Amino acid sequence: MLETATANLPFAVRQYSAEQLREALRKMLLIRRFEEGAEDSYTRGLIHGTMHLSIGQEASAVGACMPLTDADKITSTHRGHGHCIAKGAEVARMFAEFFGKETGYCRGRGGSMHIADVTKGNLGANGIVAGGIPIAVGAALSAKRLKTGSVVLCFFGDGAGNEGAFHESLNMAAIWDLPVVFFCENNKYAMSTATERSTAVHNIAERAAAYAMPGITVDGNDFSAVAEASHVAVERARAGQGPSLIESVTYRWRGHSKSDRNRYRSKEEIESWVARDPIGRFAELLREQAILDAEGFKALEDAVEREIAAAIDFAKTSPAPDPLALTRDVYTERPA
Amino acid sequence: MSMPLRETPTEVRELSYAEAIRDGLAVAMERDERVILMGEDIGVYGGAFQVSGDLVQRFGEDRVVDTPISELGGAGIAVGAALTGLRPVYEFQFSDFATLAMEQIVNQAAKLRFMLGGAVSVPLVMRFPAGSGTGAAAQHSQSLEAWFGHVPGLKVCQAATPYDAKGLLLAALEDPDPVMLFEHKLLYKTKGPVPEGHYTVPIGQAHLCRRGGDVTIVATAVMVHRALAAADKLAEEGIEAEVIDLRTIRPLDRKTVVESVAKTSRLMVVYEGVKTLGIGAEVSAMIAESEAFDYLDAPIVRLGGAEAPIPYNPDLEKAAVPQEPDILEAARSLVRGRL
Repeated sequence: MLETATANLPFAVRQYSAEQLREALRKMLLIRRFEEGAEDSYTRGLIHGTMHLSIGQEASAVGACMPLTDADKITSTHRGHGHCIAKGAEVARMFAEFFGKETGYCRGRGGSMHIADVTKGNLGANGIVAGGIPIAVGAALSAKRLKTGSVVLCFFGDGAGNEGAFHESLNMAAIWDLPVVFFCENNKYAMSTATERSTAVHNIAERAAAYAMPGITVDGNDFSAVAEASHVAVERARAGQGPSLIESVTYRWRGHSKSDRNRYRSKEEIESWVARDPIGRFAELLREQAILDAEGFKALEDAVEREIAAAIDFAKTSPAPDPLALTRDVYTERPA
Repeated sequence: MSMPLRETPTEVRELSYAEAIRDGLAVAMERDERVILMGEDIGVYGGAFQVSGDLVQRFGEDRVVDTPISELGGAGIAVGAALTGLRPVYEFQFSDFATLAMEQIVNQAAKLRFMLGGAVSVPLVMRFPAGSGTGAAAQHSQSLEAWFGHVPGLKVCQAATPYDAKGLLLAALEDPDPVMLFEHKLLYKTKGPVPEGHYTVPIGQAHLCRRGGDVTIVATAVMVHRALAAADKLAEEGIEAEVIDLRTIRPLDRKTVVESVAKTSRLMVVYEGVKTLGIGAEVSAMIAESEAFDYLDAPIVRLGGAEAPIPYNPDLEKAAVPQEPDILEAARSLVRGRL
């Protein structure tokens, strides 16, 4: 009787403790507020350049990273703030990076598009579409060759699936049985070009067949579905059974970057996806399962707000890099 | 993880340039388990130019990895492996094929350390069989080293001798940053003395191959040999050329070149890459901006590749890059003031 009831529960509820689930929701909220804070700071002129927001995709980032340990690696994309937070980065050092400060993860040299926290296994966001895919496979080659037991999860977008690097990398990962999970966040548009106009297959996961690996398409706004797919693929990789391809179908509420005027999609379309808010859906699941009530959710939100405010303050008051140190880290400094 | 080190080379043998590189690879692989080779047909085939040779028999397929024909992905995998604890040596079958992998070399390998604020390093070695003279025409004969020399974050070397080929390779494998090794295909079968065991040739240090007071000839790769042959003939005419083998084009050894030009008062730069915007331009500008400028008695001369792709016809192919008679004639004119 009890077994049947358990089997009907969503994967995440069966797999993770209440504490882990609350932490996952906290991270999703943290990503949302981080990006809203970054957007606000950009509008105020505190952040220059550009940024690519993943608001609406939080379940995808956090769900994908659920089965990973700090020893496992990820490679990320230009839309990588969520991945970075999901893998355990501190928002204060992220904001400091966006503000171009010496205390940032990249000492202010990388900015939003190169945000990384290698201490937590994040090998970095990447400004080149599909640039991180072969790097992830290389990291998986290291893991296999050096027998570290770790797994690499490679984030990329639907646009990257049409780059040669994607195809070359999946092929090599498959022929060498490498411990890597290819995690495609299909948010429907590569900048302005819809996947229907750019991609011959309906589901990007179908491309797994060409490289003799499992491929699955999941609802990327359903935390539990994403975590389950990632869990299965990570276990498979860790057991030495080779790579998998996961397609997480999601949607970015904001434009591609700060220059986007949303001419390629309708307000109605955007609203239909806002109605499928991954945070709202996950919070609802936790409420149904009596894991987090409305009061608990409010407390979580308040704590996140405070963390964001303190992080922005840290970034504002941090020192800027010294222009005289411009060429620092172009090469490794070695004792003469 | 490493074998006991044998720092002092013992016996010196005559090896070909290709054998010297293979010897260096074997020494590195014995010393350091993290060293792996990657490339197309480097396993049982032994590499297109027989550089890897029998290494797959000696070290196994896990360490001598035949890749599919996927230069971009292969190069990127080497970058990722270098980033996470291995020391890959990636062989391009021909340097021309690096065009397929420029993204990973230029955007990733060269910039990752900088972009991440020094949090990572990319100890990656790439090898590029380069240059013309084999009848392989326009897509298998280029000298693209100057492209790579334009990218901060990369180091770029061109060994002219078997000794330097092995020594620079072993130096590259000890370097924490990505090092690109350009190997001229005409040199693979040339022989020279090569010590056994481990030794390094410092990256960034030119080699003064021949002393002379009348003209400085700065050359790279196969042009070093042509310059030395021309210098012997010039000596018969009473002209003493000083020949400098750059060995590394990024970072350039400014001191050696500037001191030589200050002494000889004349500079000629000989290189196989396309003349315009190449090594010759950089070395010339370096002198023009240096204290040696005041010592110049004549305009600087550049002998570089033609402003054309490398042609198939053997006579045209020879005409496309500097040959010994070109160097001889140009040096003679430069010294005797008949420019």
